[in-house]
Amino acid sequence: MFVCHCGTNIAGVVDIARVVEAAKRMPQVVYVSDNKYTCSDPGQGSIKNAIGEHKLDRVVVSACSPRMHEKTFRKAVAQAGLNPYMLEIANIREHDSWVHAFDKEGATAKAIELVRLAVAKVSRDAQLHARQIGLTKRALVIGGGIAGIQAALDIANSGHEVVVVEREATIGGRMAQVDKTFPTLDCSACILSPKMVELSSHPRVTLLTYAEVVSVKGFLGNFEVEIRQKARKVDHASCTGCGTCWQKCPEKVKSDFDLGLGERTAIYIPFPQAVPPKPVIDLESCRYMKYLAFTASGAEGKKPPQCRICEKLCPTGSIDWEQKDKILTEKFGAIVVATGFKTFDHSAYGEYGAGAYPDVITGLQLERMMSASGPTGGEVRRPSDGAHPKTVVFVSCVGSRDEAKGRAYCSKVCCMYIAKHAIMLKEHDPEVQSFVFYIDIRAGGKGYEEFVRRAQEEYGAIYLRGRVSKIYQEGRKLKVLGEDSLIGRPVEIDADLVVLATGIEPSTGVVDLAQRLSISYDTDRFLVEAHPKLRPVETQTDGVFLAGVCIGPKDIPETVAQGSAAAAKVAALFSQEYITTDPMTATVDLMKCTGCMLCAQVCPFKAIGSQTMRDGKVLANVNESLCKGCGLCAAACRGKAIDLRGFTNQQLLAEVTSLWQ
Amino acid sequence: MPSPVIPESRSPVSRFVIEHSGQNPARCYQCGKCTAGCPAAPDMDMGPRQVMRALQLGMGREVLSCNSIWVCLQCQTCSSRCPKEIDIAKVMESLRLMAILEGHPAAEKNIALFNEVFLDVVKRHGRAYELEMGALYNLRSGHPTANARILVELVAKGRLALLPPAVRGVAKVRRLFDEAEAARRRVGREVRG
Amino acid sequence: MKQEARAPSEKRGGGQNTFSYYPGCALKSSAREYDISARLCCESLGIELRELADWTCCGASSAHATSDVLAVALPGKDLHAASEAGYPLVTACAMCFSRLKIAAHETADMATRTLAGDVSGNIVPVMHLLEVIDSRLASLVPNKGLAGLKVACFYGCLLVRPKAVAIDDAENPQVMDRLMRTIGAEPMPWAFKTECCGAGLPLARPDIVRRLSHRILLSAAAVGADCVAVACPECHANLDMHQAGMGGKHGGEVRVPVVYFTQLLGLSLGFSPYELHLDRHMVDPLPALSSKGLA
Repeated sequence: MFVCHCGTNIAGVVDIARVVEAAKRMPQVVYVSDNKYTCSDPGQGSIKNAIGEHKLDRVVVSACSPRMHEKTFRKAVAQAGLNPYMLEIANIREHDSWVHAFDKEGATAKAIELVRLAVAKVSRDAQLHARQIGLTKRALVIGGGIAGIQAALDIANSGHEVVVVEREATIGGRMAQVDKTFPTLDCSACILSPKMVELSSHPRVTLLTYAEVVSVKGFLGNFEVEIRQKARKVDHASCTGCGTCWQKCPEKVKSDFDLGLGERTAIYIPFPQAVPPKPVIDLESCRYMKYLAFTASGAEGKKPPQCRICEKLCPTGSIDWEQKDKILTEKFGAIVVATGFKTFDHSAYGEYGAGAYPDVITGLQLERMMSASGPTGGEVRRPSDGAHPKTVVFVSCVGSRDEAKGRAYCSKVCCMYIAKHAIMLKEHDPEVQSFVFYIDIRAGGKGYEEFVRRAQEEYGAIYLRGRVSKIYQEGRKLKVLGEDSLIGRPVEIDADLVVLATGIEPSTGVVDLAQRLSISYDTDRFLVEAHPKLRPVETQTDGVFLAGVCIGPKDIPETVAQGSAAAAKVAALFSQEYITTDPMTATVDLMKCTGCMLCAQVCPFKAIGSQTMRDGKVLANVNESLCKGCGLCAAACRGKAIDLRGFTNQQLLAEVTSLWQ
Repeated sequence: MPSPVIPESRSPVSRFVIEHSGQNPARCYQCGKCTAGCPAAPDMDMGPRQVMRALQLGMGREVLSCNSIWVCLQCQTCSSRCPKEIDIAKVMESLRLMAILEGHPAAEKNIALFNEVFLDVVKRHGRAYELEMGALYNLRSGHPTANARILVELVAKGRLALLPPAVRGVAKVRRLFDEAEAARRRVGREVRG
Repeated sequence: MKQEARAPSEKRGGGQNTFSYYPGCALKSSAREYDISARLCCESLGIELRELADWTCCGASSAHATSDVLAVALPGKDLHAASEAGYPLVTACAMCFSRLKIAAHETADMATRTLAGDVSGNIVPVMHLLEVIDSRLASLVPNKGLAGLKVACFYGCLLVRPKAVAIDDAENPQVMDRLMRTIGAEPMPWAFKTECCGAGLPLARPDIVRRLSHRILLSAAAVGADCVAVACPECHANLDMHQAGMGGKHGGEVRVPVVYFTQLLGLSLGFSPYELHLDRHMVDPLPALSSKGLA
């Protein structure tokens, strides 16, 4: 028994001497000592020495939370030759001295009780042994934006195979839609394209675009994933990407990539630098598909045209109308989730016209207009009449920091991209005057604050501190009503163009994916890290890692850093030849199990399956690689057939009964 | 420049507002969307955002003597657009009630007078009697001929009831007024403490 | 039994044809044309309005501005009477609607409810006439469509705010627009549908009322509306009565007729402009109506 002072953290409240005295009087306790800092080297040394000297066969450390130092003490105990699981920790800091700081007497009494519990439990500790299992050294990256690209490249370059699954017809993600990056004004496409090409040509990377993850089974090191390759109706093996089809296709629809500002054809590549540079057919707009649907429905009237122009013109005969969705089943040892984001839909803002005013656009739409390969060829024009706007108003925090619209969080990048837009607008057209309504300017980052100052000092953007209350059309102008809270008066601006800095939110479908992967998401649907500070790219599910904006809003450098961080985690995992599992898992007593399978229903980790016995009975079976030892099954089991190693029913009962001994 | 503010975290006015309106001024992050959309802001000493700020800083006296709490139209535009979902109109209402309970002189005498006249007439007849209201208001505000043109035109178009409304439930209405007045006195004493 | 009888009214009046009617003070005096046209329309549509016996004033904005007790107790008294009668309570006045519905909302937990008798038990639903008519749009067949009439539907504040008692969206409500479309008129998209007209300040601060009403009317004129349709006597008074004094330093003069939505509905149902008192407004709507062949 080792009682820790933790400096004054514990000793300042709990009377250590009395705890030591009480422990000495407890049966089974043969040795008690106290340390200033038990976790320190001398502290650990005193444990090891005592084990040897007094032939101790089990140990209680009364100190801080097991979350803090359980691993430390298990190691110390093991080094002294004991089974590392012959150790219990009585948490007399978080559970006692910290929360009862003003009741020293009570805290001391509670510490003694906590010690008594631990002694009762430790005397029933059994030797447990970790197991080792093999692993598949092949990674899956979900999402082909800059986070996924970076993660995949780093994993591949560390010598492992990677499969990248991207839902869209091209990789590149949101960064491909951006014209320039802040604060350096690098051309986004110019720095992204080489990475896209590098990924697609990497010998250890398999790129699955236009594909989605359907199901995930298995566990750390041994995942089995079903992936749906959506039908492209184009054979990418023979297609050369010559472009004849998409140049000649007669069916034009609004381009998602250009956010409705431009058009694309029904057979298309999303943008000129798309990877792979080969088209897909959008089944919803293709004329031949409409023709087929019409004839299949048996409806009367004039048939739509058959079209099939792409098929007729394709020099390699790559159009394949028979192509269907395909399910691929692949094995992986680790998964990186990098599903990114979409922007907030401003139709929730009735006060800004809810999308009814054509010249109220979003920041990303402006980005597309500024792009040389965008719908206006790099010119900023009003969607309503094509005129060059002279007065442009930016509205910050649309769908950010707005609890009334269900978005309390800050989207982090908007302040910076507004400043970038204001600078670029002035460079496009020196006659442009930008006005920026903001609540607070968030410019934490290298060179960011200087960049925002430049927008104001050198490029003449006028910043007004206040949130816009209303925008409405008045003739050809847009009337913007705000307040400048620094001067304390309402402000009215007649604008030619209004740019809403719409916030960031997780991609569509991320909740479904999270459920398939058994990882958690928060109320805003961002994925949750294993620890917000110390395990920022891991999840509670071993072997599943996160990178980029799917965790929370962030800019490109942070996203890239997380891609690399997740890759480093995968590489570290793959550097092992086998995986060691925690032995504190559930076990089923097959003599007591009735096969009701209630345990399987309550298990949050899908760790319980069934096994058929020789006599034909179907009983519960715990997959120890998946089991996290949470104990829900043990609590749910009606026949008390399930026990949790390290927390057996017998141990818990002993703890409880010790309280009235 | 006005004199320096001495911030106070728990002023009686802020406490009354929190209790009466159920709104917490600390939630306001001063974005100004309320003032930007407030139709009466140009006629206010302090816009709604500044009123919220004054409450955060405990500037009770100043808030009670500003005209904003009287000019507020209770149109609820501020409350309906507030990104922090603060019912700012309710805060304005609480402040106005506190000014009345405290016997604080109204910064907009005529608005207070109109409310007084309106309620006097309702108490007397059980319903509003527009002719009497107009006349009483004109007399008490010292502008006996105000709105005469509109009045004449209304009468000419048969759009003004000339006789007072006759309602059977007047006694009940008067009792409600008396009870409300008693409640006002009681709360007023508590507020003045 | 009583509960059962009320059940249909829960569905926004669907199936229910009898209502307790609360005209409110203004509709008995300066807004008589609203009362008259509302009654004509309802009769024609088979909606039975039974005027609530001995109703008294809801307290309007003055009670609300002066005493939170009175603000609930006055409408509470009428709510109590309506709940005794058992029919859903309908009113055409937006102010009365707001005060009654807020009182119904608040009496659940306000100590003041005892003042008005116990109204916390079975409170009948409070509805604005627009809601009642909206629930019958499918079966509304106009006698004479108002083709070519461009209408700026003005909702003001009290029908759409606060959210707890609103009958439609606060920024771009559609309920009156739908009705206008059904009777053949053209509801104009405009940005001032739910702006404030100046509310109860025409005597104390006529300058504010003129400033606010003026920009509403200018905006209606700018979108080419032939008239503004309202659902509130206070909005009507502010927008209609003060046009002569507008303009000057706030911009140009403006002459836009302001009518009640019930008057336009009445026209479409075949009533004459005179039956609907369309000739009694300060800004005469008859020239605009007759230019479209509607009067």
